[in-house]
Amino acid sequence: MRKFLVIGLLSIIGYFLIGAFNDIPFGENRIGNPADESTVAGYYLNNTVPKTQVANTITAIVVNYRGFDTLGEVTVLFLAVTGLGSILFRRKEEGEAERIQLSASPLLNSGAKLLYPMIVLLGIYVFIHGHLTPGGGFQGGAIIATGFLLMMISYRDFKVSHGKLAWVESLAGITFVSLGFWGLFTGGTFLENFLPNGEVNHLISGGIIPIIYIAVGLKVAAELIGVLDTLLKIKPEQK
Amino acid sequence: METIYQDILTYSIYGSAMVLVLIGLYAVLMKKNLTKIVIGLSIMDAGLHLLFVAIGYVSNGTAPIFSPAAIESGQQMVDPVPQALVLTAIVIGFAVTAVALSLVIRLYKHHNSARIDQIKSLKW
Repeated sequence: MRKFLVIGLLSIIGYFLIGAFNDIPFGENRIGNPADESTVAGYYLNNTVPKTQVANTITAIVVNYRGFDTLGEVTVLFLAVTGLGSILFRRKEEGEAERIQLSASPLLNSGAKLLYPMIVLLGIYVFIHGHLTPGGGFQGGAIIATGFLLMMISYRDFKVSHGKLAWVESLAGITFVSLGFWGLFTGGTFLENFLPNGEVNHLISGGIIPIIYIAVGLKVAAELIGVLDTLLKIKPEQK
Repeated sequence: METIYQDILTYSIYGSAMVLVLIGLYAVLMKKNLTKIVIGLSIMDAGLHLLFVAIGYVSNGTAPIFSPAAIESGQQMVDPVPQALVLTAIVIGFAVTAVALSLVIRLYKHHNSARIDQIKSLKW
């Protein structure tokens, strides 16, 4: 009975979704001709390279034009980690949390040992080159966290220090905010670029954008590793 | 024949995004296990992100990155704004999933069950 009701509701929603998207043709050029700046996308495509010297337009939007929004986004991630820690808190007398003991196969063990430094290196590459190639701080941080996840599931005694993670996270956050305030005092607006822009498609270009994205990458990596470690340390209740 | 194939290929992106949203909604409405409900929310998230990026697509467009090759070819670039918004949405989706899963773990520990029909304190 309930199933039929739900399927009926979903088909009504699906019908109206299809009706709505009939009016938005797929792949149509809504940006306008290349010199047009009347649309938001046209403005970004024409102005990011002359104004910021950053090759990756999305990085320029996320870190420069919408930098304050990215600061809020990083704060949301921080709040999620804090909320996770406070919901899953352990009392002192319950003892140190440990992952469930299961033996991983030798294949996984040696493969993980080989892949782990390469995955971390790839993550660092992705967030250092965030303003030149596809990628950036959030993506690079997530890649580094997957490397740590591989080590956590293959070596049961692999420990991450939450104190060190907190240090990395705090330093990265302080870097982001203090760069913003530096811009406020020297340029007049929060996150104002105070470094020379350099030349497009060079590693050192775009002023403060690469520095902010490296800080974001380290912060995201530390937060994701913290989340993974907290969630993997859940012990089933012994009844 | 070629154009019909092209049409099916392009509209299948909108179609799969809608199907993902509907599958997620189905899981949220029908499933009893709280973990599966959280998975349904994640699937809905994925469908919405696909829809956003698909709206910004321009036929034969390239990624909005001004690499030397892209500048040389002078190809039309796709809309960068939905991609930047989806980058934000993915991070928020991750945060929501993490907090929801931790609440599910707490509920499981408290009631010894993650099924909503077995958690009696939810009834009034």
